[in-house]
Amino acid sequence: MHIVVLVKPVPDTASSGERLRPDNRLDRAAVPAVVNANDEYALEAALKLVEAHGGEVTVLTMAPSGATDTIRKALAMGATRGVLVTDEALAGSDIRSTVLVLAAALAGLEFDLVLAGVDTSDGQGGFVGPGVAVKAELPYLSYAAKIEPKPDDRLVTVRRISPTGYDVLESPMPALIACTQALGEPRYPSLKGIMAARSKEIVTKSLADLGLEPEGVGGAVATTEVVGSEAPPARAATRVVREAPDVAAREVVAFLAERRIV
Amino acid sequence: MLRDAVRVLADERIAPRAAEIDRTAEFPWDVKELLASHDILSLPFPAEYGGLGGELLTVALAIEQISRVCATSGLILAVQELGALPLLLAGTDEQKQRWFPDLAAGRTLIAFALTEAEAGSDAASTRTRAVRDGDDWVIDGSKRFISQGSVADLVAVFAATETSDDTPRHKRLTCFIVEKGTAGFGVERVEHKMGIRGSPTAELGFHGVRVPDANRVGAPGEGFAIAMRTLDRSRPGIAAQAVGIAQGALDVAARYANERRQFGKPIAEFQMIQAMLADMDAGTEAARQLLYKACTEIESGSPDAARWSAMCKLVAGDNAMKVTTDAVQVLGGYGYIDEFPVERMMRDAKITQLYEGTQQIQRIVIARALAGRPD
Repeated sequence: MHIVVLVKPVPDTASSGERLRPDNRLDRAAVPAVVNANDEYALEAALKLVEAHGGEVTVLTMAPSGATDTIRKALAMGATRGVLVTDEALAGSDIRSTVLVLAAALAGLEFDLVLAGVDTSDGQGGFVGPGVAVKAELPYLSYAAKIEPKPDDRLVTVRRISPTGYDVLESPMPALIACTQALGEPRYPSLKGIMAARSKEIVTKSLADLGLEPEGVGGAVATTEVVGSEAPPARAATRVVREAPDVAAREVVAFLAERRIV
Repeated sequence: MLRDAVRVLADERIAPRAAEIDRTAEFPWDVKELLASHDILSLPFPAEYGGLGGELLTVALAIEQISRVCATSGLILAVQELGALPLLLAGTDEQKQRWFPDLAAGRTLIAFALTEAEAGSDAASTRTRAVRDGDDWVIDGSKRFISQGSVADLVAVFAATETSDDTPRHKRLTCFIVEKGTAGFGVERVEHKMGIRGSPTAELGFHGVRVPDANRVGAPGEGFAIAMRTLDRSRPGIAAQAVGIAQGALDVAARYANERRQFGKPIAEFQMIQAMLADMDAGTEAARQLLYKACTEIESGSPDAARWSAMCKLVAGDNAMKVTTDAVQVLGGYGYIDEFPVERMMRDAKITQLYEGTQQIQRIVIARALAGRPD
């Protein structure tokens, strides 16, 4: 099975230094980049699937050229190769441009499944996955908590998280699946993986390589615009209940009931 | 990425053991197993023999991160590399096939036995003898101050095989691999030491030890050259240990200075403390950058390998001694007791100025490189 995982480098959320530049674009120099957390769940799921069924995992990223560092981490976890689409004309791209580019890049790759994180910690649009599915004319299976392919029948079954439990979806392959953390904790790269990743291939592609015109993508033709950003309001003071369990439980329930949470 | 992976492992699994390893002065077999199970011991070995094919810099990064929390534990990797280097540099393919897979997997440990009671800095005056007897060699003598000598399964031993006065002093030694359990080979004693107390330093005795010619590493008489080439590549490992120890002490001192309040404010706000911390940081970073540069120079086949190797060990060792001493000073009375790790780090730092060539020997190596250079 060939699986392509869409991976985005995002500012390290643990650093809490994430910020926008004066032009309202992400300040990538402010904090180190890491693999977007939901993409790591997608990658972990892909690695488990090829361990069970055989095959290869290709990581596909659209980002500035420095993104090879984050792709290398994905390769250290076990992905077979990386493909980085990078082009100066892509600066300021919104979801629409990202979808066009990733769909064009997918057209040049062989795959049975495309896995994407449900959203990214920086943009949080959650639309790149479904957008790519539409553009690449792939069935779209969202909020996956479990992925069970049947390679011989060219079918894949997905448990989709729903408000009351889960739905079971089935679709022909190839398909695009939006992945959640319910798929399981991503592995730490082993030393063996880290050393092996150093000699793995990262193919760099420009817009010209994908047959796309620079005028059709990037900040100049973006259909959405970030007009401002604000830090969330500081959290109100925490109330700690230190009573004995029976009293504490009643107090917590009363607190929640007062706010109509329970 | 590799550095971060080793750092997390060192912080979470090795740091909590460091004080106890020092106190009990027992070899930390659990840490050896941990390093083996995370493939850290396989870093210095070529991929075709079950290793990870790490370059000097990669191995140095790992030793540095481990030594930051426990110098004894960092030395496990450094000695595994040191002991294996003669085989790596001069061993036959057959010898590598025979010993490397187990060493790379950490199933066996190897030690490097050059120093003798009367042959320390003057290694060419080795008295241990090896005499050819049919297909075998018979080794007699003793080796002293051998790191991990009592826990190693294999020992790379340097013995004089050419003793006639016509042979130049530097062409008299030959290297052999002696396996634990060989008749006549044993541990005479284990030293009681000031630092790196969990790393056993042994005196090894050789009484008519018979090894097959297949255990000879390199040509007869080539031993001294092999030993020197080994040290060119292993000294950065000790420099890495020294940089790690210094960084560990600096981290503790900086944290303490921010928490400790005297005269109504953290002592880190006093300029005399600030100056000490700044010098400790600058010195450690300088030593680290020299080490990394030395690793890449040596790896790329620099004809100046001996100089780079000696310089990084000299600078890093002296820095570690200074920084750990100052760390104790920053902590004051608390630095002098074993409630904090800096007194241990200060004792551990001293060894980096002594082994794999004293700092005086490093200066000789550097000066010789300068003298031999055409201007």
